[in-house]
Amino acid sequence: MLLSVNGLTVCYGVITALREVSIEIDRGEIVALIGANGAGKTTLLRTISGLLKPTGGEISWCPPAAQVKSDAKTLEYFGATKDLVGMRADQIVRLGISHVPEGRQVFANLTVRDNLLLGAFTLRKRSDIEEGLERCFGLFPVLAERKNQRAGTLSGGEQQMLAIGRSLMGRPKLLLLDEPSLGLAPLIVRQIFQIIREINLHGTTILLVEQNAHMALTVANRGYVMQTGRIILSDKAANLLENAEVKKAYLGG
Amino acid sequence: MDQAASATMLHRGEVPAWAVNLGVGIVIAALIPVSISFDKYIDNYVLDVLIRIGVAIILAVSLNLINGITGQFSLGHAGFMALGAYTGGVLLKHYQHQIHGALLPPVFIGVTILGGLVAAIAGLIVGIPTLRLRGDYLAIATLGFGEIITVVLNQIESIGKFEVGGSAGLHNIPHVTNFFWTYAWVVICVVVIARLVYSAKGKPFFAVREDEIAAAAMGIDTTYYKVAAFVIGAFFAGVAGVLSATLSGNLDPGDFNFVKSIVIVVMVVLGGSGSITGSVLAAILLTYLPEQLRAFEDWRLVIYALLLIVMMLVRPEGLLGNRELWWKRKTAMV
Repeated sequence: MLLSVNGLTVCYGVITALREVSIEIDRGEIVALIGANGAGKTTLLRTISGLLKPTGGEISWCPPAAQVKSDAKTLEYFGATKDLVGMRADQIVRLGISHVPEGRQVFANLTVRDNLLLGAFTLRKRSDIEEGLERCFGLFPVLAERKNQRAGTLSGGEQQMLAIGRSLMGRPKLLLLDEPSLGLAPLIVRQIFQIIREINLHGTTILLVEQNAHMALTVANRGYVMQTGRIILSDKAANLLENAEVKKAYLGG
Repeated sequence: MDQAASATMLHRGEVPAWAVNLGVGIVIAALIPVSISFDKYIDNYVLDVLIRIGVAIILAVSLNLINGITGQFSLGHAGFMALGAYTGGVLLKHYQHQIHGALLPPVFIGVTILGGLVAAIAGLIVGIPTLRLRGDYLAIATLGFGEIITVVLNQIESIGKFEVGGSAGLHNIPHVTNFFWTYAWVVICVVVIARLVYSAKGKPFFAVREDEIAAAAMGIDTTYYKVAAFVIGAFFAGVAGVLSATLSGNLDPGDFNFVKSIVIVVMVVLGGSGSITGSVLAAILLTYLPEQLRAFEDWRLVIYALLLIVMMLVRPEGLLGNRELWWKRKTAMV
Protein backbone atom coordinates (compact mmCIF):
# COMPACT_ATOMS: atom_id res chain seq x y z
CA MET A 1 0.00 0.00 0.00
CA LEU A 2 1.55 3.27 -1.12
CA LEU A 3 -0.82 5.51 0.78
CA SER A 4 -3.49 4.66 3.28
CA VAL A 5 -5.80 7.12 4.91
CA ASN A 6 -7.44 5.88 8.08
CA GLY A 7 -10.42 7.39 9.87
CA LEU A 8 -9.57 10.90 8.74
CA THR A 9 -11.70 13.70 10.18
CA VAL A 10 -11.27 17.31 9.12
CA CYS A 11 -13.18 20.32 10.40
CA TYR A 12 -13.44 23.90 9.22
CA GLY A 13 -14.25 25.61 12.49
CA VAL A 14 -17.42 23.90 13.71
CA ILE A 15 -18.26 22.37 10.35
CA THR A 16 -17.06 18.83 9.81
CA ALA A 17 -15.93 18.43 6.21
CA LEU A 18 -14.60 14.87 6.42
CA ARG A 19 -15.93 12.18 8.75
CA GLU A 20 -13.77 9.13 9.37
CA VAL A 21 -12.66 8.82 5.76
CA SER A 22 -10.51 5.83 4.87
CA ILE A 23 -9.01 5.18 1.45
CA GLU A 24 -6.12 3.14 0.15
CA ILE A 25 -3.95 3.63 -2.90
CA ASP A 26 -1.67 0.96 -4.33
CA ARG A 27 1.45 1.63 -6.29
CA GLY A 28 0.83 2.15 -10.00
CA GLU A 29 -2.91 2.69 -9.71
CA ILE A 30 -5.14 5.46 -10.89
CA VAL A 31 -7.74 5.97 -8.20
CA ALA A 32 -10.71 8.22 -8.88
CA LEU A 33 -12.53 10.10 -6.17
CA ILE A 34 -15.96 11.23 -7.36
CA GLY A 35 -18.81 13.03 -5.72
CA ALA A 36 -20.95 16.13 -5.83
CA ASN A 37 -19.93 19.67 -4.89
CA GLY A 38 -19.07 19.98 -1.23
CA ALA A 39 -18.66 16.25 -0.69
CA GLY A 40 -15.16 16.79 0.70
CA LYS A 41 -13.03 15.65 -2.23
CA THR A 42 -10.81 18.72 -2.34
CA THR A 43 -10.60 18.76 1.45
CA LEU A 44 -9.28 15.20 1.38
CA LEU A 45 -6.59 16.06 -1.18
CA ARG A 46 -5.55 19.17 0.70
CA THR A 47 -5.28 17.22 3.92
CA ILE A 48 -3.12 14.56 2.30
CA SER A 49 -0.78 17.19 0.90
CA GLY A 50 -0.54 18.95 4.26
CA LEU A 51 -2.36 22.15 3.36
CA LEU A 52 -5.04 21.38 5.93
CA LYS A 53 -4.62 19.85 9.37
CA PRO A 54 -6.96 17.00 10.30
CA THR A 55 -8.63 16.81 13.69
CA GLY A 56 -8.31 13.05 13.77
CA GLY A 57 -7.15 9.96 11.90
CA GLU A 58 -3.94 9.05 10.20
CA ILE A 59 -2.35 9.14 6.78
CA SER A 60 0.38 6.57 6.24
CA TRP A 61 2.83 6.85 3.41
CA CYS A 62 4.91 3.83 2.53
CA PRO A 63 6.93 4.19 -0.65
CA PRO A 64 8.89 1.20 -1.93
CA ALA A 65 12.47 1.59 -0.80
CA ALA A 66 13.94 -0.99 -3.19
CA GLN A 67 12.95 -3.46 -5.87
CA VAL A 68 14.70 -6.77 -6.41
CA LYS A 69 14.01 -9.14 -9.29
CA SER A 70 14.34 -12.84 -8.52
CA ASP A 71 12.78 -15.96 -10.10
CA ALA A 72 10.87 -13.80 -12.55
CA LYS A 73 9.14 -12.17 -9.60
CA THR A 74 9.66 -8.62 -8.49
CA LEU A 75 10.09 -8.35 -4.78
CA GLU A 76 9.57 -4.98 -3.25
CA TYR A 77 11.12 -3.92 -0.02
CA PHE A 78 9.19 -1.25 1.69
CA GLY A 79 10.79 1.49 3.71
CA ALA A 80 9.53 2.71 7.02
CA THR A 81 5.91 3.85 7.05
CA LYS A 82 5.54 7.54 7.74
CA ASP A 83 2.55 9.30 9.24
CA LEU A 84 1.94 12.42 7.19
CA VAL A 85 -0.34 14.02 9.76
CA GLY A 86 1.42 16.99 11.31
CA MET A 87 3.98 17.35 8.54
CA ARG A 88 4.28 20.62 6.67
CA ALA A 89 3.21 20.79 3.02
CA ASP A 90 6.77 21.37 1.82
CA GLN A 91 8.03 18.31 3.74
CA ILE A 92 5.32 16.15 2.20
CA VAL A 93 6.30 17.30 -1.30
CA ARG A 94 9.84 16.16 -0.57
CA LEU A 95 8.53 12.68 0.27
CA GLY A 96 7.18 12.40 -3.28
CA ILE A 97 3.56 13.54 -3.09
CA SER A 98 2.74 16.32 -5.49
CA HIS A 99 -0.52 18.21 -5.54
CA VAL A 100 -2.03 19.92 -8.59
CA PRO A 101 -4.42 22.36 -6.95
CA GLU A 102 -7.96 22.97 -8.13
CA GLY A 103 -8.44 25.75 -10.66
CA ARG A 104 -4.88 25.30 -11.94
CA GLN A 105 -3.26 27.99 -9.80
CA VAL A 106 -0.27 28.65 -12.02
CA PHE A 107 1.94 31.60 -11.11
CA ALA A 108 0.29 33.94 -13.61
CA ASN A 109 2.97 36.61 -13.72
CA LEU A 110 5.86 34.21 -14.10
CA THR A 111 6.91 32.62 -17.36
CA VAL A 112 6.08 29.04 -18.24
CA ARG A 113 9.73 28.12 -17.75
CA ASP A 114 9.88 29.78 -14.33
CA ASN A 115 6.69 27.98 -13.30
CA LEU A 116 8.30 24.68 -14.22
CA LEU A 117 11.55 25.56 -12.46
CA LEU A 118 9.57 26.32 -9.31
CA GLY A 119 8.12 22.84 -9.62
CA ALA A 120 11.69 21.55 -9.54
CA PHE A 121 12.29 23.47 -6.33
CA THR A 122 12.95 20.27 -4.37
CA LEU A 123 15.49 18.93 -6.88
CA ARG A 124 19.18 19.57 -6.39
CA LYS A 125 20.98 18.14 -9.40
CA ARG A 126 21.18 20.22 -12.55
CA SER A 127 20.79 17.12 -14.71
CA ASP A 128 17.56 16.19 -12.89
CA ILE A 129 16.11 19.60 -13.56
CA GLU A 130 17.03 19.53 -17.23
CA GLU A 131 15.67 16.01 -17.58
CA GLY A 132 12.46 17.15 -15.93
CA LEU A 133 12.10 20.06 -18.34
CA GLU A 134 12.70 17.75 -21.29
CA ARG A 135 10.19 15.18 -20.04
CA CYS A 136 7.64 17.87 -19.47
CA PHE A 137 8.13 19.44 -22.90
CA GLY A 138 7.85 15.92 -24.35
CA LEU A 139 4.48 15.38 -22.66
CA PHE A 140 3.25 18.88 -23.46
CA PRO A 141 4.89 20.15 -26.66
CA VAL A 142 2.77 23.29 -26.49
CA LEU A 143 4.55 24.33 -23.30
CA ALA A 144 7.90 24.17 -25.08
CA GLU A 145 6.57 26.56 -27.71
CA ARG A 146 5.38 28.95 -25.04
CA LYS A 147 8.15 28.62 -22.49
CA ASN A 148 8.98 32.33 -22.38
CA GLN A 149 5.37 33.44 -22.26
CA ARG A 150 3.72 34.56 -19.04
CA ALA A 151 1.64 31.72 -17.61
CA GLY A 152 -1.37 33.99 -17.21
CA THR A 153 -1.57 34.44 -20.98
CA LEU A 154 -2.02 30.71 -21.66
CA SER A 155 -5.42 29.22 -22.44
CA GLY A 156 -7.23 27.28 -19.74
CA GLY A 157 -6.14 23.92 -21.14
CA GLU A 158 -2.55 25.04 -21.47
CA GLN A 159 -2.58 26.30 -17.88
CA GLN A 160 -3.84 22.93 -16.72
CA MET A 161 -1.05 21.25 -18.66
CA LEU A 162 1.42 23.63 -17.08
CA ALA A 163 0.07 22.90 -13.60
CA ILE A 164 0.43 19.16 -14.20
CA GLY A 165 3.85 19.56 -15.79
CA ARG A 166 4.99 21.72 -12.91
CA SER A 167 3.97 19.04 -10.41
CA LEU A 168 5.78 16.35 -12.39
CA MET A 169 9.04 18.32 -12.26
CA GLY A 170 9.67 17.13 -8.71
CA ARG A 171 9.41 13.46 -9.86
CA PRO A 172 6.54 12.57 -7.54
CA LYS A 173 5.64 9.00 -6.69
CA LEU A 174 2.04 10.03 -6.10
CA LEU A 175 0.26 12.76 -8.03
CA LEU A 176 -2.85 14.33 -6.52
CA LEU A 177 -4.97 15.83 -9.28
CA ASP A 178 -7.80 18.14 -8.26
CA GLU A 179 -10.46 18.62 -10.96
CA PRO A 180 -8.18 18.69 -14.00
CA SER A 181 -11.22 19.02 -16.30
CA LEU A 182 -12.61 22.10 -14.53
CA GLY A 183 -13.85 24.66 -17.04
CA LEU A 184 -12.21 23.06 -20.06
CA ALA A 185 -13.66 22.26 -23.47
CA PRO A 186 -14.59 18.57 -23.99
CA LEU A 187 -11.85 18.09 -26.56
CA ILE A 188 -9.20 19.46 -24.20
CA VAL A 189 -10.59 17.33 -21.38
CA ARG A 190 -10.08 14.21 -23.48
CA GLN A 191 -6.53 15.30 -24.23
CA ILE A 192 -5.77 15.92 -20.54
CA PHE A 193 -7.09 12.50 -19.57
CA GLN A 194 -5.00 10.88 -22.27
CA ILE A 195 -1.94 12.52 -20.75
CA ILE A 196 -2.98 11.44 -17.25
CA ARG A 197 -3.02 7.84 -18.47
CA GLU A 198 0.37 8.32 -20.09
CA ILE A 199 1.86 9.74 -16.89
CA ASN A 200 0.51 6.73 -15.04
CA LEU A 201 2.06 4.33 -17.58
CA HIS A 202 5.42 5.93 -16.84
CA GLY A 203 5.04 4.78 -13.24
CA THR A 204 3.40 7.61 -11.34
CA THR A 205 0.50 6.65 -9.08
CA ILE A 206 -2.45 9.02 -9.40
CA LEU A 207 -5.27 10.05 -7.12
CA LEU A 208 -7.81 11.86 -9.25
CA VAL A 209 -10.58 14.06 -7.92
CA GLU A 210 -13.28 14.74 -10.50
CA GLN A 211 -16.81 15.96 -11.00
CA ASN A 212 -16.66 14.57 -14.50
CA ALA A 213 -17.32 11.11 -13.08
CA HIS A 214 -17.60 9.35 -16.41
CA MET A 215 -14.24 10.52 -17.67
CA ALA A 216 -12.57 9.81 -14.33
CA LEU A 217 -13.94 6.28 -14.04
CA THR A 218 -12.94 5.52 -17.60
CA VAL A 219 -9.24 6.10 -16.91
CA ALA A 220 -9.19 4.90 -13.30
CA ASN A 221 -8.57 1.38 -11.98
CA ARG A 222 -10.63 1.88 -8.86
CA GLY A 223 -12.94 4.53 -7.56
CA TYR A 224 -14.38 5.95 -4.36
CA VAL A 225 -17.67 7.79 -4.19
CA MET A 226 -17.97 10.56 -1.59
CA GLN A 227 -21.05 12.17 -0.18
CA THR A 228 -21.24 14.82 2.57
CA GLY A 229 -17.82 14.04 3.98
CA ARG A 230 -18.08 10.25 3.89
CA ILE A 231 -16.97 7.53 1.52
CA ILE A 232 -20.22 5.78 0.61
CA LEU A 233 -18.98 3.38 -2.04
CA SER A 234 -15.76 1.92 -3.30
CA ASP A 235 -15.25 -0.54 -6.11
CA LYS A 236 -13.43 -1.23 -9.35
CA ALA A 237 -13.94 1.67 -11.71
CA ALA A 238 -15.60 -0.56 -14.31
CA ASN A 239 -18.13 -1.76 -11.74
CA LEU A 240 -18.88 1.77 -10.58
CA LEU A 241 -19.59 2.75 -14.18
CA GLU A 242 -22.25 0.02 -14.24
CA ASN A 243 -23.56 0.68 -10.75
CA ALA A 244 -27.18 1.80 -10.92
CA GLU A 245 -26.93 4.31 -8.08
CA VAL A 246 -23.77 5.87 -9.38
CA LYS A 247 -25.25 6.04 -12.84
CA LYS A 248 -28.29 7.80 -11.50
CA ALA A 249 -26.49 10.24 -9.27
CA TYR A 250 -23.33 11.07 -11.17
CA LEU A 251 -23.45 9.80 -14.72
CA GLY A 252 -26.70 11.36 -15.82
CA GLY A 253 -28.89 8.25 -15.79
CA MET B 1 19.74 24.81 -3.66
CA ASP B 2 23.31 24.14 -4.66
CA GLN B 3 25.52 25.86 -7.16
CA ALA B 4 24.74 23.53 -10.04
CA ALA B 5 21.00 23.98 -9.71
CA SER B 6 21.40 27.72 -9.49
CA ALA B 7 23.53 27.67 -12.60
CA THR B 8 20.74 26.03 -14.58
CA MET B 9 18.44 28.82 -13.67
CA LEU B 10 20.83 31.56 -14.75
CA HIS B 11 19.25 33.23 -17.70
CA ARG B 12 21.17 34.18 -20.76
CA GLY B 13 22.84 37.53 -20.33
CA GLU B 14 22.81 37.35 -16.56
CA VAL B 15 25.85 39.03 -15.04
CA PRO B 16 28.17 36.74 -13.05
CA ALA B 17 28.53 37.42 -9.33
CA TRP B 18 32.13 38.58 -9.41
CA ALA B 19 31.34 41.27 -11.97
CA VAL B 20 28.48 42.54 -9.83
CA ASN B 21 30.63 42.66 -6.71
CA LEU B 22 33.39 44.46 -8.60
CA GLY B 23 30.87 46.94 -10.00
CA VAL B 24 29.43 47.62 -6.55
CA GLY B 25 32.94 48.13 -5.18
CA ILE B 26 33.78 50.62 -7.93
CA VAL B 27 30.53 52.54 -7.49
CA ILE B 28 30.99 52.80 -3.72
CA ALA B 29 34.62 53.88 -4.13
CA ALA B 30 33.51 56.48 -6.65
CA LEU B 31 31.09 57.86 -4.06
CA ILE B 32 33.99 59.04 -1.88
CA PRO B 33 35.25 61.86 -4.16
CA VAL B 34 31.68 62.73 -5.10
CA SER B 35 30.75 63.01 -1.44
CA ILE B 36 33.79 65.17 -0.62
CA SER B 37 33.06 67.58 -3.45
CA PHE B 38 29.36 67.70 -2.54
CA ASP B 39 30.24 68.57 1.05
CA LYS B 40 32.37 71.44 -0.26
CA TYR B 41 30.38 72.89 -3.11
CA ILE B 42 26.71 72.05 -2.57
CA ASP B 43 24.70 74.00 -0.07
CA ASN B 44 23.41 72.30 3.02
CA TYR B 45 19.75 72.32 2.08
CA VAL B 46 20.31 70.47 -1.19
CA LEU B 47 22.64 68.01 0.49
CA ASP B 48 20.07 67.41 3.20
CA VAL B 49 17.38 66.67 0.61
CA LEU B 50 19.74 64.35 -1.28
CA ILE B 51 20.47 62.37 1.88
CA ARG B 52 16.80 62.17 2.79
CA ILE B 53 16.14 60.85 -0.69
CA GLY B 54 18.77 58.16 -0.08
CA VAL B 55 17.15 57.17 3.21
CA ALA B 56 13.76 57.06 1.51
CA ILE B 57 15.15 54.79 -1.22
CA ILE B 58 16.44 52.31 1.36
CA LEU B 59 13.09 52.35 3.17
CA ALA B 60 11.02 51.95 0.01
CA VAL B 61 13.15 49.21 -1.56
CA SER B 62 13.31 47.23 1.68
CA LEU B 63 9.55 47.49 2.19
CA ASN B 64 9.04 46.51 -1.43
CA LEU B 65 10.74 43.18 -0.65
CA ILE B 66 8.04 42.53 1.97
CA ASN B 67 4.96 44.18 0.45
CA GLY B 68 5.56 44.16 -3.27
CA ILE B 69 7.72 41.14 -3.99
CA THR B 70 6.61 38.68 -1.32
CA GLY B 71 3.08 40.12 -1.16
CA GLN B 72 2.84 40.46 2.64
CA PHE B 73 1.14 43.70 3.55
CA SER B 74 3.20 45.22 6.36
CA LEU B 75 2.40 48.54 8.02
CA GLY B 76 5.18 48.30 10.58
CA HIS B 77 8.15 49.56 8.63
CA ALA B 78 8.47 52.77 10.67
CA GLY B 79 8.70 50.60 13.80
CA PHE B 80 11.76 48.80 12.44
CA MET B 81 13.21 52.13 11.38
CA ALA B 82 12.65 53.48 14.90
CA LEU B 83 14.52 50.55 16.45
CA GLY B 84 17.52 51.19 14.20
CA ALA B 85 17.35 54.96 14.71
CA TYR B 86 17.26 54.70 18.50
CA THR B 87 19.97 52.03 18.62
CA GLY B 88 22.26 54.26 16.57
CA GLY B 89 21.22 57.53 18.18
CA VAL B 90 21.53 56.35 21.78
CA LEU B 91 24.92 54.70 21.26
CA LEU B 92 26.47 57.51 19.22
CA LYS B 93 25.25 60.18 21.61
CA HIS B 94 26.54 58.33 24.65
CA TYR B 95 29.99 57.69 23.22
CA GLN B 96 30.37 60.87 21.14
CA HIS B 97 33.31 62.15 23.21
CA GLN B 98 35.22 58.88 22.99
CA ILE B 99 34.94 58.50 19.22
CA HIS B 100 36.35 61.00 16.80
CA GLY B 101 38.82 61.28 13.96
CA ALA B 102 39.96 58.00 12.47
CA LEU B 103 37.87 55.99 14.91
CA LEU B 104 34.60 57.40 13.62
CA PRO B 105 34.17 55.63 10.25
CA PRO B 106 34.59 52.06 11.53
CA VAL B 107 32.46 52.79 14.60
CA PHE B 108 29.75 54.29 12.43
CA ILE B 109 29.74 51.26 10.13
CA GLY B 110 29.48 49.03 13.21
CA VAL B 111 26.66 51.07 14.72
CA THR B 112 24.74 51.13 11.44
CA ILE B 113 24.98 47.36 11.11
CA LEU B 114 24.02 46.97 14.77
CA GLY B 115 20.95 49.18 14.23
CA GLY B 116 20.02 46.96 11.29
CA LEU B 117 20.53 43.81 13.33
CA VAL B 118 18.35 45.03 16.20
CA ALA B 119 15.58 45.74 13.70
CA ALA B 120 16.15 42.38 11.99
CA ILE B 121 15.87 40.50 15.29
CA ALA B 122 12.65 42.38 16.02
CA GLY B 123 11.52 41.42 12.51
CA LEU B 124 12.18 37.78 13.31
CA ILE B 125 10.34 37.92 16.64
CA VAL B 126 7.38 39.78 15.17
CA GLY B 127 7.41 37.91 11.87
CA ILE B 128 7.20 34.31 13.05
CA PRO B 129 3.81 34.65 14.79
CA THR B 130 2.25 37.36 12.59
CA LEU B 131 3.15 36.01 9.16
CA ARG B 132 0.58 33.25 9.64
CA LEU B 133 -1.92 36.03 9.09
CA ARG B 134 -2.85 37.25 5.66
CA GLY B 135 -3.84 40.50 3.99
CA ASP B 136 -5.73 42.92 6.22
CA TYR B 137 -5.06 40.89 9.35
CA LEU B 138 -1.30 41.02 8.83
CA ALA B 139 -1.52 44.76 8.12
CA ILE B 140 -3.32 45.32 11.43
CA ALA B 141 -0.88 43.13 13.39
CA THR B 142 2.15 44.95 11.96
CA LEU B 143 0.45 48.30 12.54
CA GLY B 144 0.08 47.25 16.17
CA PHE B 145 3.76 46.41 16.34
CA GLY B 146 4.73 49.86 15.03
CA GLU B 147 2.48 51.57 17.57
CA ILE B 148 3.92 49.50 20.42
CA ILE B 149 7.41 50.68 19.49
CA THR B 150 6.33 54.35 19.52
CA VAL B 151 4.53 53.98 22.85
CA VAL B 152 7.45 52.17 24.47
CA LEU B 153 9.95 54.75 23.19
CA ASN B 154 7.73 57.47 24.61
CA GLN B 155 7.95 55.91 28.05
CA ILE B 156 11.65 55.12 28.31
CA GLU B 157 13.72 57.97 29.67
CA SER B 158 16.90 55.97 29.86
CA ILE B 159 18.26 52.45 29.85
CA GLY B 160 20.95 52.17 32.51
CA LYS B 161 23.41 54.97 31.83
CA PHE B 162 22.22 55.40 28.24
CA GLU B 163 19.90 58.35 27.64
CA VAL B 164 16.88 57.50 25.46
CA GLY B 165 14.91 60.69 25.96
CA GLY B 166 11.34 59.40 26.34
CA SER B 167 8.59 61.69 25.08
CA ALA B 168 10.93 64.70 25.03
CA GLY B 169 12.95 63.00 22.32
CA LEU B 170 16.66 62.46 21.97
CA HIS B 171 18.66 65.46 20.87
CA ASN B 172 22.21 66.43 20.00
CA ILE B 173 23.08 63.17 18.32
CA PRO B 174 26.33 63.69 16.41
CA HIS B 175 25.74 64.43 12.74
CA VAL B 176 27.73 61.59 11.24
CA THR B 177 25.71 60.76 8.13
CA ASN B 178 26.90 62.28 4.91
CA PHE B 179 26.33 61.72 1.25
CA PHE B 180 28.82 58.86 1.10
CA TRP B 181 27.46 56.76 3.99
CA THR B 182 23.90 57.13 2.79
CA TYR B 183 24.49 56.27 -0.83
CA ALA B 184 26.89 53.44 -0.03
CA TRP B 185 23.98 51.86 1.87
CA VAL B 186 21.58 52.69 -0.95
CA VAL B 187 23.81 50.79 -3.38
CA ILE B 188 24.18 47.85 -0.99
CA CYS B 189 20.45 47.69 -0.26
CA VAL B 190 19.35 47.86 -3.89
CA VAL B 191 21.98 45.38 -5.13
CA VAL B 192 21.44 42.87 -2.30
CA ILE B 193 17.66 42.84 -2.72
CA ALA B 194 17.76 42.82 -6.53
CA ARG B 195 20.33 40.01 -6.60
CA LEU B 196 18.37 38.08 -4.02
CA VAL B 197 15.01 38.15 -5.74
CA TYR B 198 16.21 37.86 -9.33
CA SER B 199 18.42 34.86 -8.62
CA ALA B 200 17.38 31.22 -8.59
CA LYS B 201 16.91 31.47 -4.83
CA GLY B 202 14.59 34.43 -5.30
CA LYS B 203 11.85 32.81 -7.36
CA PRO B 204 10.02 31.49 -4.30
CA PHE B 205 9.47 35.08 -3.06
CA PHE B 206 7.41 35.79 -6.18
CA ALA B 207 5.76 32.38 -5.96
CA VAL B 208 4.55 33.15 -2.42
CA ARG B 209 3.05 36.41 -3.66
CA GLU B 210 1.43 34.86 -6.72
CA ASP B 211 -0.20 31.94 -4.97
CA GLU B 212 0.66 30.68 -1.52
CA ILE B 213 -1.15 27.36 -1.87
CA ALA B 214 0.47 26.53 -5.18
CA ALA B 215 3.85 27.57 -3.77
CA ALA B 216 3.43 25.26 -0.79
CA ALA B 217 2.33 22.49 -3.14
CA MET B 218 5.64 22.95 -4.98
CA GLY B 219 7.57 22.16 -1.82
CA ILE B 220 8.34 25.77 -0.95
CA ASP B 221 8.40 26.46 2.77
CA THR B 222 6.29 29.60 2.47
CA THR B 223 6.71 30.66 6.09
CA TYR B 224 10.49 30.58 5.68
CA TYR B 225 10.40 32.90 2.69
CA LYS B 226 7.92 35.27 4.29
CA VAL B 227 9.99 35.52 7.46
CA ALA B 228 13.18 35.90 5.39
CA ALA B 229 11.66 38.83 3.48
CA PHE B 230 10.51 40.36 6.75
CA VAL B 231 13.91 40.03 8.43
CA ILE B 232 15.90 41.37 5.47
CA GLY B 233 13.44 44.23 4.98
CA ALA B 234 13.59 45.07 8.68
CA PHE B 235 17.40 45.06 8.61
CA PHE B 236 17.56 47.73 5.93
CA ALA B 237 14.80 49.74 7.65
CA GLY B 238 17.00 49.71 10.77
CA VAL B 239 19.97 50.90 8.71
CA ALA B 240 17.86 53.71 7.26
CA GLY B 241 16.89 54.60 10.82
CA VAL B 242 20.52 55.01 11.91
CA LEU B 243 21.22 57.14 8.85
CA SER B 244 18.27 59.45 9.46
CA ALA B 245 18.98 59.75 13.20
CA THR B 246 22.49 60.97 12.51
CA LEU B 247 21.29 63.29 9.74
CA SER B 248 18.96 65.46 11.79
CA GLY B 249 20.59 64.85 15.16
CA ASN B 250 17.16 64.69 16.78
CA LEU B 251 14.86 61.76 17.43
CA ASP B 252 11.26 61.95 18.49
CA PRO B 253 9.12 58.83 18.99
CA GLY B 254 6.30 60.56 17.12
CA ASP B 255 8.40 60.59 13.93
CA PHE B 256 7.93 56.84 13.69
CA ASN B 257 4.17 56.54 14.04
CA PHE B 258 1.98 54.82 11.48
CA VAL B 259 1.89 57.89 9.24
CA LYS B 260 5.57 57.28 8.50
CA SER B 261 4.82 53.63 7.68
CA ILE B 262 2.05 54.70 5.35
CA VAL B 263 4.33 57.18 3.57
CA ILE B 264 6.69 54.27 2.81
CA VAL B 265 3.80 52.06 1.66
CA VAL B 266 2.71 54.89 -0.65
CA MET B 267 6.19 54.95 -2.19
CA VAL B 268 6.06 51.20 -2.86
CA VAL B 269 2.57 51.31 -4.35
CA LEU B 270 3.26 54.42 -6.40
CA GLY B 271 6.48 53.02 -7.81
CA GLY B 272 4.79 49.75 -8.66
CA SER B 273 4.54 46.88 -6.18
CA GLY B 274 7.31 44.43 -6.95
CA SER B 275 9.44 46.80 -9.00
CA ILE B 276 12.70 47.70 -7.27
CA THR B 277 13.55 50.47 -9.70
CA GLY B 278 9.97 51.70 -9.33
CA SER B 279 10.46 52.05 -5.58
CA VAL B 280 13.69 53.98 -6.17
CA LEU B 281 11.92 56.37 -8.55
CA ALA B 282 8.96 56.85 -6.24
CA ALA B 283 11.23 57.46 -3.23
CA ILE B 284 13.06 60.16 -5.17
CA LEU B 285 9.85 61.71 -6.42
CA LEU B 286 7.94 61.67 -3.14
CA THR B 287 10.85 63.18 -1.21
CA TYR B 288 11.64 65.81 -3.82
CA LEU B 289 8.05 66.79 -4.59
CA PRO B 290 7.09 68.16 -1.14
CA GLU B 291 10.27 70.24 -1.22
CA GLN B 292 9.32 71.75 -4.57
CA LEU B 293 5.84 72.45 -3.31
CA ARG B 294 7.11 74.61 -0.45
CA ALA B 295 6.27 77.63 -2.61
CA PHE B 296 2.58 76.83 -2.07
CA GLU B 297 2.96 77.08 1.71
CA ASP B 298 -0.26 76.00 3.44
CA TRP B 299 -1.56 74.24 0.36
CA ARG B 300 1.54 72.07 0.07
CA LEU B 301 0.17 68.87 1.55
CA VAL B 302 -3.19 69.27 -0.17
CA ILE B 303 -1.49 69.51 -3.55
CA TYR B 304 0.76 66.59 -2.63
CA ALA B 305 -2.26 64.46 -1.74
CA LEU B 306 -4.09 65.50 -4.91
CA LEU B 307 -1.08 64.55 -7.01
CA LEU B 308 -1.10 61.10 -5.38
CA ILE B 309 -4.79 60.65 -6.19
CA VAL B 310 -4.27 61.71 -9.79
CA MET B 311 -1.28 59.40 -10.19
CA MET B 312 -3.23 56.43 -8.84
CA LEU B 313 -6.13 57.20 -11.17
CA VAL B 314 -3.89 57.51 -14.20
CA ARG B 315 -1.59 54.62 -13.39
CA PRO B 316 -3.18 52.30 -10.83
CA GLU B 317 -0.42 49.73 -11.28
CA GLY B 318 2.21 52.27 -10.18
CA LEU B 319 4.86 54.09 -12.18
CA LEU B 320 6.55 50.94 -13.45
CA GLY B 321 3.92 48.29 -12.71
CA ASN B 322 5.86 45.17 -11.88
CA ARG B 323 8.53 45.78 -14.50
CA GLU B 324 12.05 47.00 -13.92
CA LEU B 325 13.69 49.87 -15.73
CA TRP B 326 16.70 47.97 -16.91
CA TRP B 327 14.90 44.97 -18.40
CA LYS B 328 13.46 45.85 -21.74
CA ARG B 329 9.80 44.88 -22.09
CA LYS B 330 10.20 41.95 -19.73
CA THR B 331 8.25 41.51 -16.54
CA ALA B 332 10.19 41.81 -13.36
CA MET B 333 10.26 38.12 -12.61
CA VAL B 334 11.51 36.84 -15.92
